[in-house]
Amino acid sequence: MNITRRQMLILLPAAAVAWESVLAGTPESSPNYKMTEHWWSMLIDISKCIGCGNCVRACQAENDVPDGFFRTWVERYHVTDWHLENPEVISPDGGKKGFPSVAADDNGKYFFVPKLCNQCADSPCTQVCPVGATFISPDGVVLVDQKYCLGCAYCVQACPYGCRYIHPQKKVADKCTLCYHRITKGLTTACCEACPTGARQLADLKNPKDPIHEFLRTHDVQILKPQMATGAKVFYNDLDGSVR
Amino acid sequence: MSVFKDSGHLFRLAALYAVGTLTFLGIRAFFVPRSFGQYGHYRGAAIAEIAAHPVHYAGHQACETCHADVQEMKRSGMHAQVNCEACHGPLAKHADDPSIQPAKLDTAVLCVRCHAASAARPKGFPQVAAVDHSNGLPCETCHQPHNPAIGAGGAK
Repeated sequence: MNITRRQMLILLPAAAVAWESVLAGTPESSPNYKMTEHWWSMLIDISKCIGCGNCVRACQAENDVPDGFFRTWVERYHVTDWHLENPEVISPDGGKKGFPSVAADDNGKYFFVPKLCNQCADSPCTQVCPVGATFISPDGVVLVDQKYCLGCAYCVQACPYGCRYIHPQKKVADKCTLCYHRITKGLTTACCEACPTGARQLADLKNPKDPIHEFLRTHDVQILKPQMATGAKVFYNDLDGSVR
Repeated sequence: MSVFKDSGHLFRLAALYAVGTLTFLGIRAFFVPRSFGQYGHYRGAAIAEIAAHPVHYAGHQACETCHADVQEMKRSGMHAQVNCEACHGPLAKHADDPSIQPAKLDTAVLCVRCHAASAARPKGFPQVAAVDHSNGLPCETCHQPHNPAIGAGGAK
């Protein structure tokens, strides 16, 4: 085959473009999903949580979370009139097997607080990473690039909410991904799917039709540790002041 | 060359510096992943990799495409808002291949997980002290789990 100088000059840029696309890696797995159209968050209604532990089990099944580590967990608070600042908090095995029954306490109250990564918009965990292995995605989910992570655990220390851990086998940072593999396919998170009372709701702050906007306007909603200015995006309804 | 006598060593140094810089840039281009910096100071391809993880919970929409009868039974009852996999567990494999049978459920464990009496649960939530309530009988003797009010939804 003879190639003229003209043909060669046409072919070279075409080959360069093709090689670029080979180097760029696999294309996005959800072709109809546009990252710029979403800003994910979660709404947790304390008054609806019954402490069944369904979310913890669902998270472990969906994300292969090793035993003894948690991407989400449930805490049971016991606050008495005399110890408003020092609540008694238990979370046996993250609440995975539920909680022991308690009799009514005339001097105090019990309630459950489900916890997970707050998907902070200005997260300390992403700021301390020395190699750029953890980041907030354009749609507002804090993720870990486990191929890039060194396992130095700076981010584990930096998270004010204790939501990260070093995976015991992979030796890299691991955390809640807000079920990124599900929400990009139009599904809700595993914990929301398994929650029997609707205490957890996935919400998209960029979607004007999402019921969260109405909810935030009409309810007394808080985030955890607002004084840290992390830009947390997990909103708690009916949250007691003793929760830290 | 009269001002800078013996300036040859400066050129040699400059050449060495240029070679060093080029070597660094070459090695850097080789080791830094292509998609690094695509969206920010991280590997952009990682997002698609995380999005490609396998799904274990099929989602209630998948269940309802086949099990419309159960959906109909649930609709009027107290469990209308409880998703299938909240009790049945992760069943994406069953949704992909219906010949894979889901495990049989044990109501003795399942019902009390939510409905065992505890002062920690919200006040309005239906709760029973299981031992006194049923005298040891299994829950489904009186309650059909998909529509739990007694006499509703085909309870025995």
